[in-house]
Amino acid sequence: MYEKDGEKYFVVDGHVHFWDASPENTTNKYGEGFISCFYDYHKNLSPEEYVWDYAKYRKYTEEDIIHDLFEIGYVDKAILQPTYLTDFYTNGFNTTESDGQLRDKHPDKFVLNSSFDPRYEQKGLEDFERKIEKYGSTGVKLYTAEWRGESRGWHLDDEWSLKHLEKCIELGVKNIHVHKGPTIWPLNRDSFDVADVDRVASMYPELNFIVEHVGLPRLEDFCWIGTQEPNVYGGLAVAMPFIHAKPRYFAQIIGELLYWLGEDRLLFSSDYALWQPKWLVEMFADFEYPADPEFDDYAEITPDVKRKILGLNAAKLYDIQVPEELQLVTAGQDTGFDVDEKPAVER
Amino acid sequence: MIDHNEVLDALSGVRDPELDEPITDLDFVSSLEIEGEVATIRLRLPTYFCAPNFAYLMVADAQAAALSVPGVERATVFLEDHYASGEINGGVNEQHGFDGAFPKETESPDLEELRTIFRRKSFVSRQEQLCRTLRAAGHSSEALARMSLEDIPPSDEFEKYLERRAELGLDVSAEAPPVVDPDGNRVPEEAVVQHLRFAKTVRVSIEGNASLCRGLLSTRYGIPEREEKTA
Repeated sequence: MYEKDGEKYFVVDGHVHFWDASPENTTNKYGEGFISCFYDYHKNLSPEEYVWDYAKYRKYTEEDIIHDLFEIGYVDKAILQPTYLTDFYTNGFNTTESDGQLRDKHPDKFVLNSSFDPRYEQKGLEDFERKIEKYGSTGVKLYTAEWRGESRGWHLDDEWSLKHLEKCIELGVKNIHVHKGPTIWPLNRDSFDVADVDRVASMYPELNFIVEHVGLPRLEDFCWIGTQEPNVYGGLAVAMPFIHAKPRYFAQIIGELLYWLGEDRLLFSSDYALWQPKWLVEMFADFEYPADPEFDDYAEITPDVKRKILGLNAAKLYDIQVPEELQLVTAGQDTGFDVDEKPAVER
Repeated sequence: MIDHNEVLDALSGVRDPELDEPITDLDFVSSLEIEGEVATIRLRLPTYFCAPNFAYLMVADAQAAALSVPGVERATVFLEDHYASGEINGGVNEQHGFDGAFPKETESPDLEELRTIFRRKSFVSRQEQLCRTLRAAGHSSEALARMSLEDIPPSDEFEKYLERRAELGLDVSAEAPPVVDPDGNRVPEEAVVQHLRFAKTVRVSIEGNASLCRGLLSTRYGIPEREEKTA
């Protein structure tokens, strides 16, 4: 919980990791390249006092994550999102199993999500079912650009992916977090294309699709899908830290998202340990648009809009109990497009 | 004797297709050496995992740009510090094409379709910038819909707009309407506001990506972040 200027905010960090990219766990140059790229993001977008040294960044401790999220970071509940990357890291980058150990020690603090990889086909489907039964996850994180052997990625509307999504419905897994990264087959197409999200969101209205880092670098395509599909949400991982390093760009992104998607479908997240929730929450609570005509056509971001983004929207998706005094102060007027009135824009 | 600046000037005509800015302004050209009739160019990108298709286009375009300078007989381009450096450099310098560089990873032999998608986005974004300036100068959205290209005063912004428009093969004659979709169809008066609203999202996205990439490149190579040119 965060309190500032008499306003109280319930905080759900929608995307956190407890990763191991230590040299001992790193298998090859791709694993080295991956964590080094993460570190550049961390260094480039964090305030200086929050930049870690590289050794700590590669592998941090349980004390670190508990301290940074819950002791100083105002987080009431954090959602662990596994990212396997077992072709890069011997025991995986962070898996349901390793995240599960952390959740089991602190069941009141963490929500544990799981994952699937459709390229394992039938065997994967059976393993996935066992995993959900064992850990009780109600959400998954999918990384469609993950390398596996010769494969450079997969699509959400692939045959075996659809079978897994149907399994999700059957097992009560309703929140599908999708992470789009570069390098996916076929390479001659746009690697960040989000069209498959559109297709599966239409096919399965009973599932919620949370597109991580709000489709960046294809913000415009993501916004477009968001106006068409009421069950598509934007996860603010990676977008949040611009609030410090590129504040004007952050204001534009958040303005665009509120315009196209509205205030009920955006989820705060730090993407810890990429960034830390403490400064993100503090800066977001203080956030205002720059005084500049560029921002004139954006709706105001009231404390209630911030409350929804910082925690209440995610709490609704994950049935997280929110104390009465941290609920909305006034019933908000939604700012986004009514999805029944599709805007007539040529793309 | 080949003029170093002439080759650099040619390279400034190569854009990052996704960020819509010259690779020279983005600081992607890390070195240029000329020995006799041979130009050797080194390129660097903001991350190890930058999309290889765009990387390939820039390497290939840089080679073609260097070869367009009179006197340059051979141009070798090396992409540095990228997971697919070997494939891309081999593909371009040995003329295997993109498909040959990534034999099992593509569905069709070239990248022209991808390039077109991003040219369309660039045009939409430049159009929004131009219309924003025109609106700030007092032209209503309805007036924009009735304008012709000849009514628009010359500016750097207008020139960039025309360049992107011509790249798509659209009509750039004096009577042509300025507010058109990427296929060249005039946007009707009642749809101009909504058209430009979505165009703004496209512009925000492109500008934001460029800003992020500049930051990452400066962090990765420990160099000062280049000032953004508001194009």
